[in-house]
Amino acid sequence: MIKKIGNLNKNKIISRRLFVLVAAKVGLLGIVTSRLYNLQISQKEKYEVLSDKNRIREWKTPPQRGIITDYFNNIIADNQRVYQVHLSLEEVSNFNNSIFKLKNIISLKEDEIKKIYERKEKSKPWDTLIISENLSWKEFSKLNLYLHELDGAKPVLSTSRYYPYSNDLVHVVGYVGDATTQDIQNKKKIEENFVPGLKVGKIGIENSKDTDLIGNHGIKRYEVNASGKKISEISYNKETQGENLRTTIDLEIQQLAQELLKNQAGSICVMDIYTGEVITMASSPTYDPNKFTHGISAKDWNEIKNNKLRPLLNKSLAGLYSPGSTIKPLVALAALEYGIIDTKFKVNCKGHDHPYELYGERYHCWKKNGHGWMSMRNAIKQSCDIYFYEVARLLGVDKLSLIAKRYGLGSKVLEDFYPEEKKGIVPSTKWKKQVLEQSWYLGETVITGIGQGYIQTTPLQLCLMTAQLANGGYKIKPNLIYDKEIDLDIIKSKIESEKNKSVSQNILKDHEFKYYERLHRNPKNLKFVLDAMYGSTNEQFGTSFRSRHKEDKYKFAGKTGTSQVKRITDQDRELDLDLEEIEYKSRDHALFIAFAPYDKPRYSLSVLIEHGGSGSKAAAPLANKLIKKILDRHELREKIRKDLKNIA
Amino acid sequence: MILSTSLNSTSYSFIDKLKAVDYFLIIIVAIIGSISVFSIYSTESGNFSYYTKNHLTRFLVFFFMFLVVSFVRVSFWYKQAYIFYILGILLLLLVIFFGISASGSKRWINFFIMNLQPSELMKIAIIVCFARYYHRIQSSDIQSYKYLLQPIILLLIPCYLVITQPDLGTAILIAGSGLAIIWLAGLNLKYFIYSGLILLVSLPFVISILKPYQKSRILTFFNPDRDPLGAGYQIIQSKIAIGSGGLLGKGFLQGTQSYLEFLPEKHTDFIFTLFSEEFGFVGSMILILLYALLIYRIIRIGFSSRSFFAKLYCFGFASALFLYIFVNIAMVVGLLPIVGAPLPIMSYGGSSMLSIMLGLGIVMSCKIYSRDPIGN
Repeated sequence: MIKKIGNLNKNKIISRRLFVLVAAKVGLLGIVTSRLYNLQISQKEKYEVLSDKNRIREWKTPPQRGIITDYFNNIIADNQRVYQVHLSLEEVSNFNNSIFKLKNIISLKEDEIKKIYERKEKSKPWDTLIISENLSWKEFSKLNLYLHELDGAKPVLSTSRYYPYSNDLVHVVGYVGDATTQDIQNKKKIEENFVPGLKVGKIGIENSKDTDLIGNHGIKRYEVNASGKKISEISYNKETQGENLRTTIDLEIQQLAQELLKNQAGSICVMDIYTGEVITMASSPTYDPNKFTHGISAKDWNEIKNNKLRPLLNKSLAGLYSPGSTIKPLVALAALEYGIIDTKFKVNCKGHDHPYELYGERYHCWKKNGHGWMSMRNAIKQSCDIYFYEVARLLGVDKLSLIAKRYGLGSKVLEDFYPEEKKGIVPSTKWKKQVLEQSWYLGETVITGIGQGYIQTTPLQLCLMTAQLANGGYKIKPNLIYDKEIDLDIIKSKIESEKNKSVSQNILKDHEFKYYERLHRNPKNLKFVLDAMYGSTNEQFGTSFRSRHKEDKYKFAGKTGTSQVKRITDQDRELDLDLEEIEYKSRDHALFIAFAPYDKPRYSLSVLIEHGGSGSKAAAPLANKLIKKILDRHELREKIRKDLKNIA
Repeated sequence: MILSTSLNSTSYSFIDKLKAVDYFLIIIVAIIGSISVFSIYSTESGNFSYYTKNHLTRFLVFFFMFLVVSFVRVSFWYKQAYIFYILGILLLLLVIFFGISASGSKRWINFFIMNLQPSELMKIAIIVCFARYYHRIQSSDIQSYKYLLQPIILLLIPCYLVITQPDLGTAILIAGSGLAIIWLAGLNLKYFIYSGLILLVSLPFVISILKPYQKSRILTFFNPDRDPLGAGYQIIQSKIAIGSGGLLGKGFLQGTQSYLEFLPEKHTDFIFTLFSEEFGFVGSMILILLYALLIYRIIRIGFSSRSFFAKLYCFGFASALFLYIFVNIAMVVGLLPIVGAPLPIMSYGGSSMLSIMLGLGIVMSCKIYSRDPIGN
């Protein structure tokens, strides 16, 4: 009985305790249910996104750069198919081993391997490393043969920049290279479209037009598994190619200019005097931009860097030279415009025995025996220094500086298109006070009159100056990329309308000019100066007479210049050495400016030969050949101009 | 007098036995088993290969065993309870010397046909052992120190052996099952409160003896983003899979998380995650409901049993089963740290299936032989 009661008691206890346990179970089940509800109903969207993020991975595909052509649609910067090998780091089990195997299949130099290891240090474990950007077909096919042994290695067909006219256009077009951290930081477009191995412009058009040229990268979306292996492609936003660019350059003239400058240091610039189109901008010596695309070797780089003729310097716009006698037309124009003298003003040039004297300083003409009595036209034609010493003295440096700046000296021709472009120096009393903190001496005015002393110009500035003289004294807008807004007919009619406007009293004062605005006071003064330049080239005793064209249609007008690189001493004058006898570094720079055709001017040009000696001997003869080519191609260029206008 | 009448009613005809079978319980087990086979099939991306074949075979074999065990007299288990326990301890000791190591722990013994995990068997042995132990003790004696100390020692031995394998998850489940029976037997509430407090105080010491990976699992539980690619990876990926399943799930064989191998241990501990990703909230609720019904049927059998042994066993096993299910699901939904506990029947693994089916077999035998009073 007792036992039964005990058992009943025990039964009761068990049941009660079970009840507590079941209650606890129900409670716990409620927690689990609410958790599931929370995950699957309340936060469903959040986890769906996370799940997609998990399973979908994006690969960026590199964009193709836009193609650059010359004015005639000749491709000067192209994209070329290249064979590459990439290494997907995720799939590589032993990196050292993979590199060792690759080394035996494709030729990798020690320094290349070093670079690969450096890049590997910087990359993330899921990155793809470009082992070689430019394999030969033989290497590429060999690689494909051994591919099964190379985990993670991927043969890739890609495109890379190629410059078909390698050396001829490097200073205009520039070159590309790997994007550096700085490139990515500086340009938003690069940052947005960056993919490993992306090439960006380093100098030239490639650099300044990078934003247009790069294009947009593509995105491939793949479903991947947990170890990152691609399972299937989900979507592919195709990459877009960058914009194609048409430059104003004439490839054939550019090539001729480079050919003429061969083995010399110098520059040739050619410009359309109305549209401001830069037709040629040659600088010598040059180098091969293709070498930079896949990273230049140390040997090639040193060769370029250590060349005494400085190939890396774009002499057309970053080389600074005293303009020498090429400034004389401008000095004469300034004196006429200000009415300091008239064209009949005469000065007697009596040779080295009786030099020009000022406060005890003596200034010589280049001609030993003197020119005799010189009028203005003759002084320009024969480039008499004594005459311009006197004109400059009468004019004063500040008026000269004002006119020189107005016609394009002392400021950047292409604005900020080329970061390396130099402004040069057009000195004035104010400039000297500000920069050198010294007062101006009259003797300095005198030598500025023949383009020596402080004055510094770039060949492109001289070309622009000539253009703005030859077009009748109007400001133009120089450009290098074809711009449909710049229309020859509109410019011509604009200039025509400016001609009829009355000239304000302020024309001789310093002020800002708009494009295609009239720069001169009296058209007669300009006409006189241009005619004197005609004399210089086409009449006997003219300094470039020997370089003239006899045929009417090629007739041009020019002005020689010889720029001293050091002061000529009395001893030098006594010795009167031949060019070959002077040390290269001490030889004068040879300069020449010209416009053509004379009767209906259309093109201006400047030639510079560093340490070439006299302008008439070294520079003017090149202009002869160039002008024939330029004028021969005129019709074709005009046809293209019309075609382009019709398309627009 | 009571004794004699009890003894008289211990003969059963075969028809009686068949009539006594709880068919509803068998059907539930069969349904969960079928679901598990399809789930494992899905872990193999819809290929009927290694895991699915093995799982199906095991389920069928052990399901048959469950039916056979059902007809073993419940008094057999009563008599052999301590032997069963000792056998379990011996097997655990055997693991130390002849065990097979996998991923840093030594849990298995090679028995040619299968790798047996004795700790799984111990989960049942401890319930049988404790049911027998408390069957005899009067409710008035339970609170005495003698009867308090003995079961604690009985419980500590297997727990210690399992923890050192190391297998924290199974040890917790064994301890939990044992404690459930001690609770049911009527031990005073204050002891549970005291021991709970002692555990809390000794927690720093316990943590210091944990293996580094166990520590990191617990730290990760509190903040899974601490190490999203390492220790936190499982919890994060499991939550993503379950959460992205939504109300109705991604559909059978459509679970991207598991198909693309983001889910770790998807056929063992994380099988619920896969099921939940493919069948959503509704599917998960149905599965949980099936388990709840299973537990309900077991408790019902306990109520209908006459002997304390059968009652204690059924209630104990029901509680243990609930504990396994709760720990597993709470773990994969991020409510508990990842400790390594399979989901009964659903998870791939022979020993787990064996122990669950054995346990269910004993439950069924309690039902069939419910009138057995079992010798007092």
